[in-house]
Amino acid sequence: MPPNTTAWSTASRGAPTRFDLIALVLVIGLFAFLAAGSRGVLAPLAVVESNPISLDPSHLPEYAARTTLRMLAAMALSLVFTFTYATWAAKSVRAGKILVPLLDVLQSVPILGFISVTFVFFMSLAPGRVLGAEYAAIFGIFTSQAWNMAFSFYQSLRTVPTELTECAKSFRLSPWARFWRLEVPFAVPPLIWNMMMSMSGGWFFVVASEAITVGSHTVTLPGMGAYIARAIEERSLAAVGFAILTMLIVIVIYDQLLFRPLVAWADLFRFEQEPGAIPPRSWVLEALGKSNLLARLLRLLRRSRRQLGIAFSAAPGLPRFEPQQHSRLLDGVGIAVLIALLALAGWQTDRLLAPQFAWRDVGTAVGLGAITMLRVFVLIALASVVWVPIGVWLGLRPRMARIAQPLAQFMAAFPTNLLFPVVVAAIVNFKLNADLWLSPLMILGTQWYILFNVIAGAAAMPGEMRAVGTNLGVRGWLWWRRIALPAVFPFYVTGALTASGGSWNAAVAAEVASWGNEHVEAAGLGAYIANATTEGDFYKIAIGCVTMSLYVLIINRLLWRPLYYYAERKFRLS
Amino acid sequence: MNANLKPAPSAEPLLDVAHVRKTFPRGDGNELLVLEDVSVKLAPGEIVGLLGRSGSGKSTLLRLIAGLSEPSGGEVRYLGRPVAGPAEGIAMVFQSFALFPWLTVYENVALGLEALHVARDETRSRSLAAIDLIGLDGFESAYPRELSGGMRQRVGFARALVVHPNILLMDEPFSALDVLTAENLRTDFLDLWADGKMPIKGVILVTHNIEEAVQMCDRILVFASNPGRIVTTIDVGIPRPRDRNDAAFAALVERIYVEMTAKPGRGPKAPVERTPGTGIDTVLPRVSSNLLSGLIETVAAQPFAGKADLPEIASELQLEIDDLFPVAESLQVLRFADVEGGDLRLTADGLAFAEGTSDERKKLFARHLLANVPLAAHVKRVLDERASHTAPKSRFLDELEDHMAPEAAEQTIRALVSWARYAELFAYDDEAGMFSLENPT
Repeated sequence: MPPNTTAWSTASRGAPTRFDLIALVLVIGLFAFLAAGSRGVLAPLAVVESNPISLDPSHLPEYAARTTLRMLAAMALSLVFTFTYATWAAKSVRAGKILVPLLDVLQSVPILGFISVTFVFFMSLAPGRVLGAEYAAIFGIFTSQAWNMAFSFYQSLRTVPTELTECAKSFRLSPWARFWRLEVPFAVPPLIWNMMMSMSGGWFFVVASEAITVGSHTVTLPGMGAYIARAIEERSLAAVGFAILTMLIVIVIYDQLLFRPLVAWADLFRFEQEPGAIPPRSWVLEALGKSNLLARLLRLLRRSRRQLGIAFSAAPGLPRFEPQQHSRLLDGVGIAVLIALLALAGWQTDRLLAPQFAWRDVGTAVGLGAITMLRVFVLIALASVVWVPIGVWLGLRPRMARIAQPLAQFMAAFPTNLLFPVVVAAIVNFKLNADLWLSPLMILGTQWYILFNVIAGAAAMPGEMRAVGTNLGVRGWLWWRRIALPAVFPFYVTGALTASGGSWNAAVAAEVASWGNEHVEAAGLGAYIANATTEGDFYKIAIGCVTMSLYVLIINRLLWRPLYYYAERKFRLS
Repeated sequence: MNANLKPAPSAEPLLDVAHVRKTFPRGDGNELLVLEDVSVKLAPGEIVGLLGRSGSGKSTLLRLIAGLSEPSGGEVRYLGRPVAGPAEGIAMVFQSFALFPWLTVYENVALGLEALHVARDETRSRSLAAIDLIGLDGFESAYPRELSGGMRQRVGFARALVVHPNILLMDEPFSALDVLTAENLRTDFLDLWADGKMPIKGVILVTHNIEEAVQMCDRILVFASNPGRIVTTIDVGIPRPRDRNDAAFAALVERIYVEMTAKPGRGPKAPVERTPGTGIDTVLPRVSSNLLSGLIETVAAQPFAGKADLPEIASELQLEIDDLFPVAESLQVLRFADVEGGDLRLTADGLAFAEGTSDERKKLFARHLLANVPLAAHVKRVLDERASHTAPKSRFLDELEDHMAPEAAEQTIRALVSWARYAELFAYDDEAGMFSLENPT
């Protein structure tokens, strides 16, 4: 799950504020509430029987379609969340104080944790039917997509150029009209970029969401994820191969039909167009643009929107200044609500944890977290040593970069769970050390963020600056030290922190892997959470997830964020 | 350095560029010729200026001399030896300063010496001396972002000088600076040069500013475009320090304007450029109709009254030649004005345009566009003939690309669209890439 880095420039910069703490308590409380609730309901809930998944490849188109539909449903949900939550956070200074740190904490919670604690709740929404499992799966995918989109949108809303806002005000556009006419269009290009990142991230968790095992309850939904899970269970390499092929086709299709047109279309909304940049193109969009039927449809839409716009956008009454001061009363109400929520969160946490709580369990989780942390750092370092030089080399050769860039993005979108069986088979066959050899799976899907950020950084290096190096005869290690590495550094930090966040999340899936009856496991916090989920031990799930969130938050605050600001300040070419 | 102290012609040239040509591969497999048969000699003690409009290949030539790219034909010799790759003793100053933002002023300057593996103590003393010389004392530990544009370019100079080059190459070093700062830096540079304080023997300056060339250079090579080539060499015999208000100075500036606006075909070589407005294969410059109206109005008004001297117009309107020439040429293409001998004279219709109302102007513009720009007439005819009265842009783009580079074709279409929109001749939908006769509702 890629955290959104740009949002930091408006989120709190340095030391954690008390609102960060409040947000943390609230999320833990929510988590405890869901987990405690689940513990109560799990027993009476009937096991949902769904159609067994067939490994026959002829079912694959159907499975692929169903999974894609789930992804799109989750994407739609994420958009609704983005438009409401982020707008609220940006528009209300009061709400923003707590909503932004809350988003930051939510972003750090392992996604599989969300899936396991909400599973029972969603199942209870439609008792005895597959629908409940569908809700749970879609929600799981949603939690892997929504946060960074909301961050991006919030960031855009906060950075709408003042002249444009003032212009909209002087035309007396109503807040509703201003939102749709100015703020949304301004936010569209970065939002679409984040949607693409989210979609890639989502694939990784589809496998987990479609074959949910909580305690003794397993629900499988027909889809690619369940197919892959089944293939692993049956040890069918052929089926894994078919799944990989299907995924390739699906990714190409939605890239061509959905994202490419969106990116090309979003180019219209780019506020500042640097000259010389090649505008993105899409054959689908061009074809649609030439369609008469579509033109007629659009005209109809536009007309109805105008009607709607008239209803909403007329700013009645005399012009007046927007209120500058907050009302004391509302502030008071806000604080009261916050305190009540905090108390509630504290109570829920206490209710779940108190009966069993032992500091020893926390110690275990923290210890395992340290092992996972070591893994993440070593892997990021290894990936950097490999991909930074390659990225620089590619970035300085525009023709190679044009080929490599989409390839790296494609690799990032590819759900690496598909490769897990191969690794497990190898570990079992050659009797390898699982603690060591399972680790690379964590970075398999996320290392590409390092690569394509470094490529972008090297490609963005001005030609004259490269010419200076050549003219002065700067070569070898001096060239790397003085010119190449500093030039790509800010880009590298962005890539590395995205990769790091993603790797923590992937740990839950990667530290435990199986192939048929063979289970291999590496010691770590990810394995701890995964095992707790399989056992249906909500007490442990909660401890594990909270510990992992804290690790991610603390590492972000103490390492990545300072590094990011340092890089922006010192190395960014402006 | 005084102009009449020029070294004897027998002196070994620092640099000898002989019959150099340069081509770049194009997407369609053909080659784009950017420099053809260019020869330059640089003698010790000389400042040679390469003057021309953007796209005339002068920066390409500078990069060939610096060894940053390789000529496709001919040879560059430095101190008698062919240049193969970046040569020691040739340093460069860049238009965008090209400082490394993560290095301090001192570190930026010292970088060249580090690359030469100069001993640490010597690196230090030489870097500080260069910083001193160029007037950056006290700024050693500053980062480039803390400096103004002028100060940044001083760092650029110090960085080039610290390696004690024989030749200093300057690629429009003052064009990113405001007028006052640029003048201040130019004067400081010329003072250091005159006092012989800089460790350099010769300078090549690329510029598109005519007055700058006359102020600084001993010799000016005037470049023309498509392909880039030298059309004239001018010896600046004016003693230093030179005064812009001096009659000889003004006369030379005027003479260069005449050279640069001369109708093609009179040069020593056969013209490769086509006469403006002869076929649909003419590359149209991207000039907005506002600029065209603006120039017509200015020339029609007092004190010009229909005929203006280009240098005067340039200084009156604060336009560089890169801005002014395309506008003047467009007026010529549209037959609203004639340009000859450094003068711009409005035609009868040009004067009528200046007098007209907005509506009359559009009608007049439409008539001239159809009559004088064959591509406009061509598009209009196609749209008229088709039942749907629409045609895709790609259709015309393909036709143009038979005659010109893809970028030039794209630019030509954009220029046409802009003019046709002003003239209300036909409409264009950028999203669909379609030309049509009617304006969208």
